Amino acid sequence: MKPILIRGGRVLSPANHLDAPRDLLLRDGKIAAIENQGKIRGPDADVIEAKGLIVAPGFIDIHVHLREPGQGYKETIATGTAAAAAGGFTTVCAMPNTIPVNDTPEITRWMQAPDRGASARVLPIAAATRGSLGETLTDYAALQESGAIAVTDDGKPILGDDVMLQCLRAAAKLGLPVIQHAEDTRMTGGCSMNAGALAFRLGLRGMPVEAESSLVERDVALVAKVPNAHLHVAHLSTAKALNAVRAARQQGLHVTCEVTPHHFALNEDRIGPYDTNAKMNPPLRAESDRLAMIEGLLDGTIDAIATDHAPHAAHEKEQEFDRAPNGITGLETALGLAIQVLHVEPTARHKMPLAQIVALLTARPAAALELKGRGTLTPGAAADVTIFDPAERWTFRAADSLSKSKNTPFDGSQFQGRVRYTISKGCIVKQMSS
Amino acid sequence: MRTRTPSRSPQKAAAPAFFDQPVEQPIHPQSAISANDFSVPEVRRILESADALEKENPLRRAHRLAKRRVALLFYESSTRTRTSFELAAKALGADTTLVSSLSSSIEKGESLKDTGITLKALGAECIILRSPWSGGPYVLARATGLPVLNAGDGMAEHPSQALLDLRTILQFLRIRSSAVNEKTLRGATITICGDILHSRVARSNALLLPRLGARVILCGPPALLPETAAGLAPNVTIERDCDAALRRSQIVMMLRIQAERLAGLQIDLDDYRTRYQANADRIAAHAPNALLLHPGPIIRGMEITSEVADGPHSGIAQQVHNGVPIRMALVLRALATRSAAKKGRRA
Repeated sequence: MKPILIRGGRVLSPANHLDAPRDLLLRDGKIAAIENQGKIRGPDADVIEAKGLIVAPGFIDIHVHLREPGQGYKETIATGTAAAAAGGFTTVCAMPNTIPVNDTPEITRWMQAPDRGASARVLPIAAATRGSLGETLTDYAALQESGAIAVTDDGKPILGDDVMLQCLRAAAKLGLPVIQHAEDTRMTGGCSMNAGALAFRLGLRGMPVEAESSLVERDVALVAKVPNAHLHVAHLSTAKALNAVRAARQQGLHVTCEVTPHHFALNEDRIGPYDTNAKMNPPLRAESDRLAMIEGLLDGTIDAIATDHAPHAAHEKEQEFDRAPNGITGLETALGLAIQVLHVEPTARHKMPLAQIVALLTARPAAALELKGRGTLTPGAAADVTIFDPAERWTFRAADSLSKSKNTPFDGSQFQGRVRYTISKGCIVKQMSS
Repeated sequence: MRTRTPSRSPQKAAAPAFFDQPVEQPIHPQSAISANDFSVPEVRRILESADALEKENPLRRAHRLAKRRVALLFYESSTRTRTSFELAAKALGADTTLVSSLSSSIEKGESLKDTGITLKALGAECIILRSPWSGGPYVLARATGLPVLNAGDGMAEHPSQALLDLRTILQFLRIRSSAVNEKTLRGATITICGDILHSRVARSNALLLPRLGARVILCGPPALLPETAAGLAPNVTIERDCDAALRRSQIVMMLRIQAERLAGLQIDLDDYRTRYQANADRIAAHAPNALLLHPGPIIRGMEITSEVADGPHSGIAQQVHNGVPIRMALVLRALATRSAAKKGRRA
């Protein structure tokens, strides 16, 4: 494998406070050198001219559904990670709601096996309880040993106080985060969107904000009882739950959280005439909640932008709204949405700096889930690099997506900010001509 | 390790047109899915068309859509709506076919999209849909590109019912169809009372009537009438006290409690009757001259008593009667070319 010399770009690595014009040499899957421009000689290297581009650590998505094993018609690990590479992600954390549920070391190892043909690192998140049934804990030590980086029953929240307490205790001993999809499902039966006037108008049952916030509040109270416990709140969507996370942080508790691009880019009005590509869980919320998500990103309460990439086949989404499954694809639109909504749009009075956006896609998710050595550009670190043009305007076409599924509300959307190269373990896994 | 080249989607060979995957189509403009689909002038034209078609010689009328194909696709039981749509289409000369969820391939798991594509392939030019799912008509309209007439979708809408209710109200107030505009119902107050939450009739009426100048009062207990309902349209308000609402109303529409959609909601029926039932005493005390409406089916002794339902101020039978002319106008609007539609109005 030839070394790669990335020349003339603006190197942006928030983990080590690097934001400067630098050249980067990648060799043998590692970052070999980072030097002032023109200093590195790499006569044997392939050269990437990065003038005008941002050279960032490979992006990390801590919340994706790759659908394997069991639902290869929606996505496979190969197609899902190809989409990840196209979106600039070199590391993805795969949720356990596969068929069967990933609750064993065998499945955890299977997902990471070279035979899966992944174009990005797959870090499995294992089920917190057997079959994600919320009853009996899985073997956290064995799962961690086989590569699981956290536990969760994503999509099937752990409602029982006792079970959640057991999870937090068992995970705390091993330093594993417990990830909770915060939804009190006793309040959301038959619901398919956010509660409120629009749900009433559309004749759909609505999920109240409290279904999310009350479970976050309950979980925070449990974390306070367990030394060293780490709770990570998945895909936060309401101001009320965000405030619960803020309060927990102020108490000094180890509580982290993430938000999806769609929850800071869209509100419930996007549903329009029952567009199932605007149906997800948590649902798109009111405009005030959307703005609260941006506020949480700006003030640092939110640790990561995570896509909740949730591919579904066309025939599953082309149904009546209540019957269509929840979720949208997200890997290929995350950067464009982040730059467009947080950095570019004139309504964004904040104009989030690019360095902060990069941090939310790299250093901060790595820190949130304690992925040591990832999300940083330093000599000796893995050669996971994403190079993007922060100024390029482009139009996303779902038909061109590398995901097996095309369920996205952003088909035809225009974005600023496009990935040009994705380099994983020193190999170019995605190259986009301008 | 390999260096991957950017993948390209394989070039597809040109296929004959009939191999093309059905793609999503725009909603046909002559569909009737929401009460908001009609502008006020369109509402007037539909009412005028209904008047004209009702008066027309049945033998001449039967030439209007002679041998055109109309499919009725019913995923829920129905007496009034199904019969009146079918009679309406037949009165215009169309061939109709009824597909219901029992006794069809829907039982075998066929999707709404595929059922729609099948009906279109069989020659259906318009589909009348009743669906238990809110928004179902949009799925069908996008899948087929045909005009879709919504005969009730989930808790969302029932626009033809709102139009026939409007016709009944105008007849009661002695207002001619040709006079319908944004101010026609100014000064009129309509109370809709009962299970608003689950009622598509309430939603369509609350969307339609205020656009003609009416005030709509929604009345019911919080469990069946959340505060968010007031956001349906301007001039829609909530009044929990049934007697107070009745005193302000010229028209009162009672609704059934939809047991099939309660989803675990517990309602104290005795208390409900005490507070909201339209009985002779309550009507005599608070709205003795009001027109009493009910979209049916009525549950006698529950939301309405027999004295009221069968009483002199009941418009319930007239509502049912108005179903056929209104639905004739909607089927004609869906299938007519522009010039034929104009003729229909002049007839």
